[in-house]
Amino acid sequence: MSQYLHFIRVDTDKCDGRMQCMRVCPTQAIRVRKNKARIIAEKCIDCGECINACPSNAIIPLTDPFGELTKFRHTVAIPSPALYAQFGHKIMPDKILNGLKKLGFDDAFDLAPSCGEVSFAIQEFLREHKGPKPMISNACPTIVRLIQVKYPSLINHLTPLDIPREIAGREIKKKKSKRYGLEEKEIGTFYITPCPAKMISIKQPAGKQKSYLDGAISISDIYGPLLSAMENVENESYNKSLENLCILGMGWAMVGGICRTLRLKNSLAVSGLTETIKVFDDIEKGKLKHIDYIEAYSCPQGCVGGSLTVENLYISYNKILKIIEALEFQKIKACPDIQKVRKKYAQNYFFKKGKLEPRPLKPLNEDLAIAIKKRKEKEEIYASLPKIDCGACGSPTCMAFAEDVVKGEAKLTDCVIRKCK
Amino acid sequence: MHAEAELSLNFEIKGKNFSQAGTISTKIKEILQELGIPMSIIRRTAIAAYEAEMNVVMYADRANLTLCLTPAGITISINDKGPGIEDIKQAMEEGFSTATDEIREMGFGAGMGLPNIKKNSDKMKISSIPGKGTSLDIFFSLSKVSEQ
Repeated sequence: MSQYLHFIRVDTDKCDGRMQCMRVCPTQAIRVRKNKARIIAEKCIDCGECINACPSNAIIPLTDPFGELTKFRHTVAIPSPALYAQFGHKIMPDKILNGLKKLGFDDAFDLAPSCGEVSFAIQEFLREHKGPKPMISNACPTIVRLIQVKYPSLINHLTPLDIPREIAGREIKKKKSKRYGLEEKEIGTFYITPCPAKMISIKQPAGKQKSYLDGAISISDIYGPLLSAMENVENESYNKSLENLCILGMGWAMVGGICRTLRLKNSLAVSGLTETIKVFDDIEKGKLKHIDYIEAYSCPQGCVGGSLTVENLYISYNKILKIIEALEFQKIKACPDIQKVRKKYAQNYFFKKGKLEPRPLKPLNEDLAIAIKKRKEKEEIYASLPKIDCGACGSPTCMAFAEDVVKGEAKLTDCVIRKCK
Repeated sequence: MHAEAELSLNFEIKGKNFSQAGTISTKIKEILQELGIPMSIIRRTAIAAYEAEMNVVMYADRANLTLCLTPAGITISINDKGPGIEDIKQAMEEGFSTATDEIREMGFGAGMGLPNIKKNSDKMKISSIPGKGTSLDIFFSLSKVSEQ
């Protein structure tokens, strides 16, 4: 099962085994053995909770360094709309895009209009959809992995539409290569990412052969240089800046942004893994069949809450909301042309190639009879444990420890409380 | 050969405890996942277990739920202390319900519970003594399916 790539790494020199990561991990994918944290690849869904929790900064997201740009003849920055939310109210997206160009990208592409188009495409899709309900957004790669690992039976609830950043990457490569007479692989498309999960979705896309993006640079890495680069960029007037925006697309940076655009449908938005898990449990029980669409993000408040962002997530949420309200208030009709979207939709422009497969966790044993015996053993071990989930053994809970013992990955004597008795 | 391979777990369900409702069926689902039971069976079991759990929460005072697992199949038995069912045949009809308005307002009690359990399980046995309680056995076969 080690074929799963992850872009979160433990720096064993820095790690001093303080177990904060192990306690926050929502899929119990971390163990601390011999004073060092270890990530179980099969269980990790790349949410990035451990990065934020580590007091020693020992968990490192592996995003691309800036130097990667030199490998391409023409480079394009595609920032997540969450980048727009990182700066004060006066710094508008057009200025940020110009700042990115100053930093060395040949071009910077506003993703919001592509997001807006996909919002319309989702609407089209839901209108004809006869399959399972509710459909679930595939915008957050961690949510997609959560479903693959823990909710395999919900896999056909994920929308089959591709995500805006991939569609944008595909179209940019097509257009730019034609325009400059270059090969598509000579055009470097770089996503400016709020979280490490996007990195995996680029290097190892779920259910697709290859990503149309070449790399991801974290918002936190680019923030400082970008701030300086923007110093010399002229400010457009606020209203002029607003006119260039796509109201539908801006919302993709925050939870509820997609649902806002699906007004004719019964939709629901959820963020944070704990809350999302509750909603998914309800779907599995057949409780949410009256809901058409669910927007779910692993980070609280959506992408603005990503672990590689800089600004306080509530402040960035507020900035996006204010921009959307300003557009609504001034009646600026900043949306893609729905007729054009419908035409593209009919031509399969929005649909993803490839099929998403579940990747359920390995059972206790391939032979059901042995698995049942082991599960029984686990229950017996658990009964003998203190059940206080102290974590001192290096497993996150007593139940997880019992499983580790059954699997031969921990020894019963590792439980210090049990030893004291 | 593996006749001794049997896992039996007991859970208690409290009546009228809506905040905890559904937690046992989630636990059952997780156990089945650990054992590598095929996805489609897990899903059916989870739905049936949830409906059965909700029936206790809505109508009974308390119940014992036993999950019994062997390589041949999954059995869920629920014995509740509660009002019982007067007419089982009627209760098995889709849409028949004795739920109060309060329960209906919460989105439950649509009279689909027992029919849904029957639909999702391979075998179902129900008996009841009015004024005392109801016993429900639900069975899911694992022997028929060798692959997913």
